[in-house]
Amino acid sequence: MHYESPIREPLILGDKNYHDVTVEVARPIETAPPRSWWIAFSISLLLFLWGVGNILYTIGTGIGTWGLNKTVGWAWDITNFVWWVGIGHAGTLISAVLLLFRQKWRMSINRSAEAMTIFSVIQAALFPGIHMGRIWLAYFVFPIPNQFGSLWVNFNSPLLWDVFAISTYFSVSVVFWYVGLIPDFAMLRDRAIKPVQKHVYTILSFGWGGKAKHWQRFEEVSLVLAGLATPLVLSVHTIVSMDFATSVIPGWHTTIFPPYFVAGAIFSGFAMVQTLLIIMRKMFRMEHYITIQHIEMMNIVIMLTGSIVGVAYITELFIAWYSGVEYEQYAFLNRATGPYAWAYWSMMTCNVFSPQLMWVKKWRTNIMFTFIISIVVNIGMWFERFVIIVTSLHRDYLPSSWTMFSPTFVDIGIYLGTIGFFFVLFLLYARTFPVIAQAELKTILKSSGESQKKHHTEDGHH
Amino acid sequence: MDTTEKTITHENSEASHHGGSEKVIVSAMFNDDDMLMGSVKTLRAKGYKIHEVFTPFPVHGLDKAMGLKETRIAITAFMYGLLGLSTAIAMTYYMMIVDWPQNIGGKPSFTWIQNMPAFVPIMFELTVFFAAHLMVWTFFVRNGLYPGRKAMNPDPRTTDDMFLMEVELKGDRDQLITILKDTGAVELH
Repeated sequence: MHYESPIREPLILGDKNYHDVTVEVARPIETAPPRSWWIAFSISLLLFLWGVGNILYTIGTGIGTWGLNKTVGWAWDITNFVWWVGIGHAGTLISAVLLLFRQKWRMSINRSAEAMTIFSVIQAALFPGIHMGRIWLAYFVFPIPNQFGSLWVNFNSPLLWDVFAISTYFSVSVVFWYVGLIPDFAMLRDRAIKPVQKHVYTILSFGWGGKAKHWQRFEEVSLVLAGLATPLVLSVHTIVSMDFATSVIPGWHTTIFPPYFVAGAIFSGFAMVQTLLIIMRKMFRMEHYITIQHIEMMNIVIMLTGSIVGVAYITELFIAWYSGVEYEQYAFLNRATGPYAWAYWSMMTCNVFSPQLMWVKKWRTNIMFTFIISIVVNIGMWFERFVIIVTSLHRDYLPSSWTMFSPTFVDIGIYLGTIGFFFVLFLLYARTFPVIAQAELKTILKSSGESQKKHHTEDGHH
Repeated sequence: MDTTEKTITHENSEASHHGGSEKVIVSAMFNDDDMLMGSVKTLRAKGYKIHEVFTPFPVHGLDKAMGLKETRIAITAFMYGLLGLSTAIAMTYYMMIVDWPQNIGGKPSFTWIQNMPAFVPIMFELTVFFAAHLMVWTFFVRNGLYPGRKAMNPDPRTTDDMFLMEVELKGDRDQLITILKDTGAVELH
């Protein structure tokens, strides 16, 4: 019954029983945080506060505080929006798509990856919100009757599709995450000694008791949510790409955008998962659960999606030439050789070249190397969005209005602020939530635990 | 493993809500999921009714072994999805075609079906939105889960590494106790 091929590497290292898993997952919550946590938290909090200040300045003064001009009307805000939404995709991919494919290695990383999804979608949603200018009128994006007559939203517009896609994606991700958290909150509740903790986890765990019927429904709900989240996650970045692809701007008006954006999203999301998990496994001593094998698996996904992105870049260039449209041709020539060539070639190096290094097993199983590449990839993916958005706009049809874009301190401040906000949320999560889906992980302990596997082999069960 | 020495036995009866007849429940604690499964199968084969099982994680095949019916929650999700799809169709039809048709980018605004391709993303998103959220609400309601509810498991160890089975007593008590001990129960209540 609990059998897995001996060729497969164990997913849980060390000699552990069910109780050990409970204790080790609860440890970051029940013990004082390490000093590194406080340092990381303080830096993130400062960045976040700086971002809040810049957002308030933008709202109070107007979008004129940004570096936008008549020609480049979209720049860092939309770049950051697409970047953050893309990062979110890996969480859903790990928890939903890998669940459907019965990939057991997802179990010790899915909780944190989903947390990352939710926190990064929060950052993403900030940007269209503040770019509206009058954020107090943000409810105009929802199809509600308003006092100015029956003026409805435009369902033909990809920007409105985006509203629906992002809100559905965010809320469904939260629900998916929370349903999985309930049994783990119940575990924390049943272990809690301090009255405040006991009270909080009693509220959060909804009274979960692990009845057989409830587990049966739980598994069905998880499976159906995974089935719903899989097309949902693909639809989200497809629709984000349509914000560009349905326009008539050379460089944006491209049918390859949906799959190319989705691959890029998964690529950058996995890189961010690596960045976070490499820090977290060290900070909270989770090396037995998030093993080198997990890191290697994610590196292979990065390598694959990075290659897909590379093919997409080259296809774009080919199609620009093959289309025979001179505006399209110029847009791409300008990207690669114009004043933003440095951004284009940074993108090419980070996204196309660097993941190819993962072919070497020694490198892709090296933690420090992975950590560096994960950051390089995210820099590259930020540049990808910057290149697509700014280089397509800055030289439009009228050469007299050609210009460059340079960010103001407010642009930079808000971007840094979202990075701070993201890490504030993640670090708080890592101290108060069960960072590993321990109930799920216990189901594979007998088949994929290191000592249990060794036992099987010694007993001669294959 | 030596379990008999640790075994404690005491009776725990509760009045049944059905028909007022007295239903005696014997609780047995296991420390291993395979032992629990074995015990459930043995007891069921001998005609005992398993009242409830509390486990720290989903034990695969336990629902079948206990004779639980399959859950219909996926069917509800499908129906909620249809509701979401209908909502999207009704909304786009009313707002874009009936109430205030506009010529936007030359897209057809006279019949819904001609304009439909532009509404596909909305139809898809609302289908997923309704299916996911209403299914989860159904899950909470059917399981009686809500914020702040008292823990349903009688023993806090069942969310850690212990497995609690409640069996309805039938016939001789000692006979049931013997079967439970033989199949690996480490504690009896």
